[in-house]
Amino acid sequence: MSFLEVKNLEVSFNLHSKSLKALQNISFNLERGERLGIVGESGAGKSVAAFAILNLISRPGKITAGEVLLDGEDLSKLSSQEMRKIRGNKVSMIFQDPMMTLNPVFTIGAQMIECLKAHRKISKSNATKIAIQKLKQVQIPSPEMRMNQYPHELSGGMKQRIIIAIALLMDPALIIADEPTTALDVTIQAEIMELLLDLCESNNVALILITHDLGVVSQVTQKTIVMYAGRIIEQGPTNEIINDAQHPYTQGLINALPQQTLPGEKLNQIRGSMPSLQDIPSGCSFNPRCDFVLDLCTQKRPEFTQSGGCSVACHMVKAMKDAEKGHSAHE
Amino acid sequence: MSNSQQSVVTDKNNGVAESILQVRNLHKRFDISGGFLDSLQFKAGKISRKREYVHAINGVNLEVYKGEALCVVGESGCGKSTVARTIMGLIKPSEGVISFKGQRIDNLSNSQMLPFRRKMQMIFQNPYASLNPRKTITETLEEPVKFHNPRFSAAQVKDKVAEVMLSVGVDPNWGVRFPHEFSGGQRQRISIARALTVEPEFIVADEPISALDVSIQAQVLNLMMDTQQERNLTYLFITHDLAVVEHFGTRVAVMYLGTVCELAATKTLFSTPKHPYTQALMSAIPRLDVKNTAHIKLTGEVPTPINLPGGCVFHGRCRHANERCKIQIPPLIVQNDGSQVACHAIEENRL
Amino acid sequence: MRDDIITTTKIPSLWRRFKDSYLWHSLKKDKVAFASFSVFILFVSVAILAPVLAPFDPYDPSSIDIMDSELPPVWQEDSEAKFLLGTDAQGRDLLSTILYGMRTSLLIGICAVLLQCFLGVVVGLSAGYFGGRIDSFLMRIADIQLSFSTLMVAIVVLAVFQASFGAELYSKLALFMLILVIGFAEWPQYARTVRASVLAEKHKEYVDAARIMGFNNSRIMLGHILPNTLSPLLVISTVQIANAIISEASLSFLGLGMPVSQPSLGSLISSGFEYIFSGSWWITAIPGLVLVVLVMVMNLLGDWLRDVLNPKLYKD
Repeated sequence: MSFLEVKNLEVSFNLHSKSLKALQNISFNLERGERLGIVGESGAGKSVAAFAILNLISRPGKITAGEVLLDGEDLSKLSSQEMRKIRGNKVSMIFQDPMMTLNPVFTIGAQMIECLKAHRKISKSNATKIAIQKLKQVQIPSPEMRMNQYPHELSGGMKQRIIIAIALLMDPALIIADEPTTALDVTIQAEIMELLLDLCESNNVALILITHDLGVVSQVTQKTIVMYAGRIIEQGPTNEIINDAQHPYTQGLINALPQQTLPGEKLNQIRGSMPSLQDIPSGCSFNPRCDFVLDLCTQKRPEFTQSGGCSVACHMVKAMKDAEKGHSAHE
Repeated sequence: MSNSQQSVVTDKNNGVAESILQVRNLHKRFDISGGFLDSLQFKAGKISRKREYVHAINGVNLEVYKGEALCVVGESGCGKSTVARTIMGLIKPSEGVISFKGQRIDNLSNSQMLPFRRKMQMIFQNPYASLNPRKTITETLEEPVKFHNPRFSAAQVKDKVAEVMLSVGVDPNWGVRFPHEFSGGQRQRISIARALTVEPEFIVADEPISALDVSIQAQVLNLMMDTQQERNLTYLFITHDLAVVEHFGTRVAVMYLGTVCELAATKTLFSTPKHPYTQALMSAIPRLDVKNTAHIKLTGEVPTPINLPGGCVFHGRCRHANERCKIQIPPLIVQNDGSQVACHAIEENRL
Repeated sequence: MRDDIITTTKIPSLWRRFKDSYLWHSLKKDKVAFASFSVFILFVSVAILAPVLAPFDPYDPSSIDIMDSELPPVWQEDSEAKFLLGTDAQGRDLLSTILYGMRTSLLIGICAVLLQCFLGVVVGLSAGYFGGRIDSFLMRIADIQLSFSTLMVAIVVLAVFQASFGAELYSKLALFMLILVIGFAEWPQYARTVRASVLAEKHKEYVDAARIMGFNNSRIMLGHILPNTLSPLLVISTVQIANAIISEASLSFLGLGMPVSQPSLGSLISSGFEYIFSGSWWITAIPGLVLVVLVMVMNLLGDWLRDVLNPKLYKD
């Protein structure tokens, strides 16, 4: 059994008395210490997926099917009280905006100590010690001084480091990071990403990294999930996805990067844009934007096909695989 | 596409490239000391008035040549957007001269500026804020056409708007819709269309794609490159994304804390970055193919532009800084390969 | 070259758009808001149609018979069938008087709010857009105005007017004066609201885009910024009309409002007050009830509008 198993997770939102499925059929496994990237554009449902794993979906949204097994315990069935024990203890989350986590009216130290005391029976001096030690881990200079500072006195990069320190406070086994560096500058972004990678590696922490940036994913994760319109369309080892993407959408995403074209040449664009949840096309949801569209694509939703280490939801890939198989059977 | 880029470079070598915009010694300070009462201070038994400034731009010199795409890169707070807004006259500079085709424009009144408005336009970062939410697309696009061409008949206005909408890939029949009915990428197309309605020669694009998704970024960049060719446009392109710069720019200006620290042709900059800051910036791009563990770490944080460090603004984070860097501001010096670098270490051949 | 032109679909009509809109949808879903809206529409249409609907004309002295005075509503004893809600002390049919009174109250409320709105928008827009000294100056005036309570200003002005020009001229100009006084006393509410949203709007990029197009200030202020400040204006307008109606009623109750010959809801309540202890409770109670329902309905609508137009809650 894997450390984290997500099976057929489905999330719906009730809006305008209609029920919209924001997430469908999400399944994946994660081992201890493994790093997984979830990639997709805005509206793909990657943040919803993170919130659903932590059972943080709030009304009008709801987990309507599936389970999230963490060490065999189904998180999606837990009460909010039991969930609170898990969050911050076994699992912690890093948000894009540090101010989602930091309270502007308390000092960094007060927030870290409070967090520790909420989860453990611990004396204040011990809590302070642990907090300072964690701040050191995230390479914050003069951590004792930082303990008495307020969030607004720190720069963006520093705040994000402190968020990571807070996420590490309870020695979690899993960190979910939702676009942790998007708001930061390139040079700071690289540092933070490297820090996060080091910490996960040295503490054997599993990481789910949610991002739109394929470059970051390729630097940090071992496995990658690509999402489109609320579904997984391709998942597998990161290097296979980056170097040999099977799904036309993943290929399109990679090829659209400016690095993939010679300077001054036209970029490889994907036409159109992500459909909104209200009007997801029938069949494969990517079919209106796909260059390789078959008749089947507009009629039937593709099942996952195994291709190398990846599983891909695409009729075209399946057809090619079948043809190959037929070919080798002949020989 | 690539030949247009080539031609500019050769033009420049022959010395015939026409300079379309000149920025000389530009400074911009924002007064943040608040009202009169806020700025009063009681010090050593005397009441004095203390003024505090944000030094957003500190002596920027730029020249934009006809037909090129000059990219300005830098991290947040380096003043690149302020440069763009000052050039467009949205902000008055504190010091310095901006001239468009030889005519000084930074000290003009609104009405004197009017003829230049047709020639210079701007595209904004946030496609959700740059279109008036209460106006339909047609209203948004027709207004500038009518305003700048008062003699146009209704049919001419309509034709012009339809032509522009088609050229950015938006169906003119959608004009009756409001901005919120469009996706981010489509809105950015409409923003571009609005700039094109007055047939400008020069467009300032302030991070036009950074709010968009990857697949949409490619669409918008392609559109901008196509329109550049078709309409013979010149761009000043502000961005923080070096990958885009490498692809799109003819020349690149790297900014740090309100100063240009390196200015070079794109190819030169990417093959041989010289300024220590440029090198750090380049090494931080997450690449798909190679694991870049060797990125140059900068120590410390970007200082606030309120208390500007003396000397080179980068010295606090620079590995190669010496005493001179702390005292003397380095000027942009032309190198052998035509690039301009503001760094004492380069000048002294220490680097 | 443009392989990605968006294909045409049919364009919905304006009515269709409204019916599909979020506003209409949430109105239908919210029962309280829908009931309030229906009651409000009913009141307004009844007030507009008063000359057609009312069985008597209370402004016409020839239709009034003093012998009919203080008749109770029909469900009480000693009532007369032709006076549905009874009569007042002068023998006027209460139903007709209430219909006409509501007309007057709504007219004063709406006109006073239009005046407030006009002044407030002019001041708030210029203060917010130009900023600096103009802003400080205009907003200090607004602060001064706000520090006087509406009723106090109104009482002083109306009392002085009545004392210096006599009650007869006053009763002729009462409607006009009330609109003017209530309108002037409350404009800072609008000025502050408009200024706040102008400050938020003017830094948005579409305003910069308009400036770069070379549009002049008045075009940008009126054509671009003002339309985007309308939703908060709509919200406070519902509350302000209710407030204005209450102010007018209070002033009438104090004898500074509409004359008895052209009663508003307030003066009707006031005129019945002296008869309340002689058992004729309906002369005060029924108009009072109408006033309470009218004001409550408007406040509920205002609450609902505020929730709906709140951009944080807005989902399309």
